[in-house]
Order: sequence, then C-alpha cells, then structure tokens
Amino acid sequence: MIMISNLINRKIFTLLKVQYSNMLEYRVEIALWAISGIIPFFMLNIWTNNNLNEAINISDVLLSRYFLCAFFVRQFSVVWVVFSFEEDSLMGKVSPYLIQPLNPFFRYFAQHLAEQITRFPFALIIAFLFFIFNPKSIWIPDLSILLLSIVSTFLSFLIQFLIQSIVACLCFWTEKASSIERLLFIPTLFLSGLLAPVVSFPPYVKSWIYLTPFPYLIDFPANLLSGNETNISRGLSMQILWIFLLFPLFKKIWSEGTKKYTAMGS
Amino acid sequence: MVQNIIDVRNLSKSFDISSKEPGLKGTIKHFFRRQTKSLKVIKDISFEIKEGEIVGFLGANGAGKTTILKMLCGLIYPSEGSILVSGYLPFRRKENFLKNITLIMGQKQQLIWDLPPIESFYLNASIYDLDKFEAKKRIKKLSEMLEIDEELFVPVRKLSLGQRMKSELLAALIHEPSILFLDEPTLGLDINAQRNLRKFLQKYNKETNATICLTSHYMKDITSLCKRVICVHEGAISYDGKLDLLLKKLSPVKEILIVCRSEEDAIKLKNSGFTVKNKVKNEITIKIENNSITSSLKTILNNFDIEDLFINEPPIDEVIGKVLIKNDYDI
Repeated sequence: MIMISNLINRKIFTLLKVQYSNMLEYRVEIALWAISGIIPFFMLNIWTNNNLNEAINISDVLLSRYFLCAFFVRQFSVVWVVFSFEEDSLMGKVSPYLIQPLNPFFRYFAQHLAEQITRFPFALIIAFLFFIFNPKSIWIPDLSILLLSIVSTFLSFLIQFLIQSIVACLCFWTEKASSIERLLFIPTLFLSGLLAPVVSFPPYVKSWIYLTPFPYLIDFPANLLSGNETNISRGLSMQILWIFLLFPLFKKIWSEGTKKYTAMGS
Repeated sequence: MVQNIIDVRNLSKSFDISSKEPGLKGTIKHFFRRQTKSLKVIKDISFEIKEGEIVGFLGANGAGKTTILKMLCGLIYPSEGSILVSGYLPFRRKENFLKNITLIMGQKQQLIWDLPPIESFYLNASIYDLDKFEAKKRIKKLSEMLEIDEELFVPVRKLSLGQRMKSELLAALIHEPSILFLDEPTLGLDINAQRNLRKFLQKYNKETNATICLTSHYMKDITSLCKRVICVHEGAISYDGKLDLLLKKLSPVKEILIVCRSEEDAIKLKNSGFTVKNKVKNEITIKIENNSITSSLKTILNNFDIEDLFINEPPIDEVIGKVLIKNDYDI
C-alpha cells in the first residue's frame, strides 16, 4: 500500500509534471487536435437537419447536448499509445525505459493525462463557441452528475488505454501493431456513440452492443453528462468490469511480449 | 578476494530471421509464403567479470557484442544458458537489479527532446526513488565531473552531440549504478569529447568501483580504459584475457628503421642475419621479435656505426583489426 502511494505521489506526479511541460511545447498542435475532434458537431448537424432525432424520441436540445458531451468525452479519452509505442519500439527508444524500474506504459499514461490537461482550455473555448451558436443547449449539470461523468470519462479513457496497450504489445510479434488497431477503429467509431447515440440502433443489435466495451467509451458518459436517460450503476459497473478484464490480459501479454523483444534499432 | 559480479554460462541467443529473394517474384513469394530461419547469433559463451573491472568487448559489426550487453542488462531474453548479474537473473528485471545497472547506447537517447536535460534528470531521480535533495546533490556532483553547467537548462534539441552525450551519461548515472553497460558511448563524438568521456569513466570507476562493460570501435576507448578484453567472433568468444597479451600475440615483431653512417654499414647489417624488410641507401628496416629487442639493439649499437634509429609500433587499430577477422587466440 505504501509502495503504491509512493508510486502515485512521486513517480506519477513527477512524470505528469514533466510530460505537462513537454506538452506545453506543443500547444498549437494540441489546439489543432482539439479542433480536429469536432466530428460530433457534424453528426449533430446531420441528425437535426434530417429530423432523425424524432425517430428515437430525443429533443433537439437533448441531442445537441449529447453531441457536445460526446465531443468532451472524446477530448478526454482519446488514446494513441499504440502509435507511440510502435514507433518507440521500432526505433529502439523503448530500450532505455525497459531497464528502468518503472513500466514504460506509465510514461505513455502520463503523456496522455498531460495532453488532456493541456487540451482542456481549448475544449472549453470550443464549447463556449458551441453555446453561442446553440444558446438553447446551455445547461448546468447537477454537481453529483458532473462528478460521476468525470469518473466515467476517466474510466472510458482507462478502457481505451488498456485496449490500445494490449494491441501495442502485439508489436513484440508483428512490428506493425497499428494495423491491428485499425480493425478496432470501425467498431469504435460506429458502436461507441460518436456518430449516433447507441439508443438509435435496433433493439436486437443494441443488446449485443451493450455486451462490448464500445458503448461505455462515449455513449454512456455522454448520456450521463448531458442528462439523457441512462442506467448509471449498470454503466459504471460495466466500465469497471471491462477494466478488470483487460488489465490482467495486458499484464500477461506484456510479460510474454517482453520475452520476444529483440531491441531492434538499438 | 574480489567477487565475480557477472557470471555467464553457456549462453546462446537465436533470432528468427525472415529472408526474401530480390525482385518482384521474390516479393510475391515472400508475401504468400514467408520463409523464416533461426539464426544463432550468440553461441555457447561463458565468462566471468569481477567487481570493479572494466572489460572491453571487441568484434566486427554483427559479431554479437551488443547482443551480449543487451542480455546482460536484461533487455533481451537468452535462448539458452544462464546469466547472473549481481546475483540476479537480468531478464526478470527486478527493481533492485534495475537500480544497480545502467545501459548507455551511443546515439540512442532517453532525454526528453524538447525539454532541458535537468527535467529528465529529476524525472529519472524520482523513477529511482531519490528524494529531491539527494537528486540535487548527485546532479551537482556528476555535472562537475562531466563539466556541464549551463547546458542543463537548454532544451536537448539545441545541444551539440557532445553536450547531449554528457547529459545522457548524467541521466543514466544519477542513480549511481554499480554496473555500467556502455554500447559505443563515444560514437560520433569529436576527439576532445571522446577523451573527456574516457577521463570521466576512469574517474567514475575509480571513485565508485563500478564494473564497466564496454563495446567500442574506437580503439583508444579500449586501450585507455580496459585492461581486459573479450573478443567476439561470429557469436563466439575468440579471446578473453589481458589486452597487452593480445597485442603481443597479434603483433610479435617490431619494425626498426636504422640510419647507418654509411651505405657500407647498411650492407654489413643486412648480411648479419637480421630479418630485413627493406634497404634504401644507408637506411635499413629490420624486424625484431618483441622478446629480443633489447639484446638485438645492444648488438647493433656495439657492432655498427649507427646515426639514428626509430622503433615503429604497428598502429593499434591495425593490430586489433586482426581480431575482427580471426577466430582463435589461444594464449
């Protein structure tokens, strides 16, 4: 317990601090990445212009809040560890990290968190602009809901981080793990709620989607934050369950993968 | 009695390598049926290294030196055999083992590119559980030894290669490891930077009694740092012993250029039983075995009218170069 708290207090905090300083060097790029995440607003436009929301009994206002929240959740749960790890692994940059008493994935984890902190003001500006053009959508979520949404968004980030870390570890076997990640991109895009709320799918399909981790990545936290009807305890439990399933899998694949590591490029 | 800190027994490493024939046909064939073969790059090697020793690993490109270092520091998994470093199995990468070692690879960096090195130092300090006060003390000590100061606060991307290498060393040594694995640490550095780095390593070894395993293609690194060398040829150890013994073995004779007072003396010298390499007017070059240099020179100076003489040591690079193409040096 003391060891864990020491790890969180010192290593992770210093990692975060250093990575945040590093991220601030890239503030323009981060602003552009934040802007590039506005897919949900395009989707909102398509939905409202075609009155598609009537079919699923969601008002214009709730739908616009949903897509704004989907934008926010996406901003704070986006993960690219597979690409970073693949590059570092192929270039041999991961070698010095492997012989340090800290799993290299903590570095990537801190990198992502630091990037999210850097991204925050840009996301707020985009939300502010959104409200200027959609004043009807302005709302103040309940404090408890806001806190639960933050927790849920963090859990969504953890799920995505674990999924991508598992895929990243495949680098030890295939060298091009990012191509496997592409396979996951399609279900993530369609089943996570980024393009459409999962509620809009036919009931039979929906029942299957809820068994996968995808709806808990964006749909659940976005519905929670926007005030749409959602089963909070079921959603949070499923997120925690997926983390508990994915974490041992990651540990196993990491331990097997490092035995295969050839330290290429170094 | 000095203890063995590294103990390697019958160590082997194989890699699966895929091969492809050249041309479009080869590419298509490779796409449908990939051929892989197992290549044994390290073949049944055994050696021990004592605490505080500096050992140079010599060998041609691809001989297996770096692979040995990578296995010693736990970066890659051995296929066969056993390794014990400081009492640990390196590949298990136990925290206490990792806190005891460091690996420095020339041209490969762990410093964060866009930040000043000092940020990476504090990060490494926290990774190795050093408190801020201790980290500060060590950074000060090492930066004085490495003669770096203002560079600590300049983004890494703006540092010269030499400054970067010094910073890399500081980052890699902040936890005061007792075993250093250095893979071509002077690669790409200018002569002064190379000399400074060697001086630093000597000092570090003297002050901390650290064990250093070093690979380098710069012979000056090896000759000025290592008393013992391990020559690796096609994955096997071809020589393990003292460097000066190896040099004597590889270069058993010295060439001596003798300038005689007259050409007649040179002719007399030529006919006196020495092995003559060449003779130009009154200058004659003879070959004498290392173990008879003193007596031979005495004979020459007593019996011939000599104006001057020069003993030519063969260039060390040329001598060591022989190691890279031969595979057996039993001494």
